[in-house]
Amino acid sequence: MPSKAEISFTLNGSARTASVAPSASALTVLREDFDLTAAKEACGEGECGACTIIVDGQSVCSCILYAADLDGRDVETVEGLDVGDTLDPVQAAFIEMGAVQCGYCTPGMVMQIKHLLATNPDPDEAAIRRGLEGNICRCTGYSKIIDAVKAASISMRAG
Amino acid sequence: MQWSKFMATTRSRSGFKMNEITNYIAVDSIEAAAEALAAGPVTVLAGGTDLMLQGQAGTRTYAATLMNIRRVAELRGVRLEDGALTIGALTTVTDLHNDATIQAHCPILAETADQFASPQIRNMASVGGNICNASPAGDLLVPLIAVGAEVELVSKRDGALQSRRLPLEDFVTGPGTSEIGDTEILTFVRIPLQDGLLGAFRKFGPRPALEIAMAAVAVTGRIEGGKFAHMRVAFGAVAPTPVRGRAVEAALEGKPATDEIINAALSATDADISPIDDVRASAWYRRHLTRALTQEILTDAFQG
Repeated sequence: MPSKAEISFTLNGSARTASVAPSASALTVLREDFDLTAAKEACGEGECGACTIIVDGQSVCSCILYAADLDGRDVETVEGLDVGDTLDPVQAAFIEMGAVQCGYCTPGMVMQIKHLLATNPDPDEAAIRRGLEGNICRCTGYSKIIDAVKAASISMRAG
Repeated sequence: MQWSKFMATTRSRSGFKMNEITNYIAVDSIEAAAEALAAGPVTVLAGGTDLMLQGQAGTRTYAATLMNIRRVAELRGVRLEDGALTIGALTTVTDLHNDATIQAHCPILAETADQFASPQIRNMASVGGNICNASPAGDLLVPLIAVGAEVELVSKRDGALQSRRLPLEDFVTGPGTSEIGDTEILTFVRIPLQDGLLGAFRKFGPRPALEIAMAAVAVTGRIEGGKFAHMRVAFGAVAPTPVRGRAVEAALEGKPATDEIINAALSATDADISPIDDVRASAWYRRHLTRALTQEILTDAFQG
């Protein structure tokens, strides 16, 4: 029988453990073992960004990340962003700017924008477009998503 | 690499497909990795951006054991030592892009990292993985060959760690194949310090992000007394492996940096490359792109 890999990691601030198949993706484990269904599989090849999560402060495509590799790491998904009734500034900006259409790309977009604004708090439009080059919105709602990044940047810098 | 001994269709006695990962280990030192490689076939996991996909596509056969080397701290980062830049195999493409030492001493690598895939993939992908993947179109291979990079391969034999170095331009032997032995791990990339080198990397595809190059070109060198000097050229995606552009180098070396000489060098590109027709581009278009990208680099970086 295939042996399972026993992993311990931090998931949205809480210590968690899991027993995962060595070949399983992080996306599969998050969705099926932890019922965290925000991150989506779309292309399944790391090309569309719908599965983006943040691991040790870096945005990554969870569909091509081995779940076993989460061992000892700090994992953040959209489900960990809001605190009580307060949305994260990026989530609030998406609502304010109407940046959600079908919603399938949204969790990945939001996590990639969290990473973008953590590394560059005040990106110009060119930097925003570069920052989102790994995320595809097939509703093509890019203009409003870019508006949301600008709005989130302003509100986060205002504190 | 390590997968070649296993054929995808064979089944073990327990009934599991051989091309299935059934065991996972994580190591935290070069020595532990080399010991595991010596003990039996393992598939090495570094950044992982291609590994899972290649198994799903049937282009890669896994050993039963997946060995994660990402926690080998000594393999991550950039150092300056003994007149050389040493880049650990686990250094990510994002690290390469942001590293002050790379930006100061080998800016063409930071420039290439900026054109690599997408932010998420740059955050995951490792320098060593991009090299060992041995893709004809691997972005980092092209500038690394141009700057004369060597790779260090380590194995454990007779109870001791052994290492050997070879020039990167000799490392890749064909699409997806390289000189790395079944028991070896690529540990470091070493680049001789060459401050003030001119040059650039250019790749072309239908969109800037997440594109496998139709053609890629790197040129490095200097202008001394108005003449091209120490010229090194490399091409990607236009031959079964990334290749050194020796004919172009010869057409430039010691000659004045004029349009006439550049045009002669562009004619020489055909002798260096052997492109194919495939889904991404025709051989004819790849030859055209190789000339166009080479011209852009020579005029922008050497005549500017």
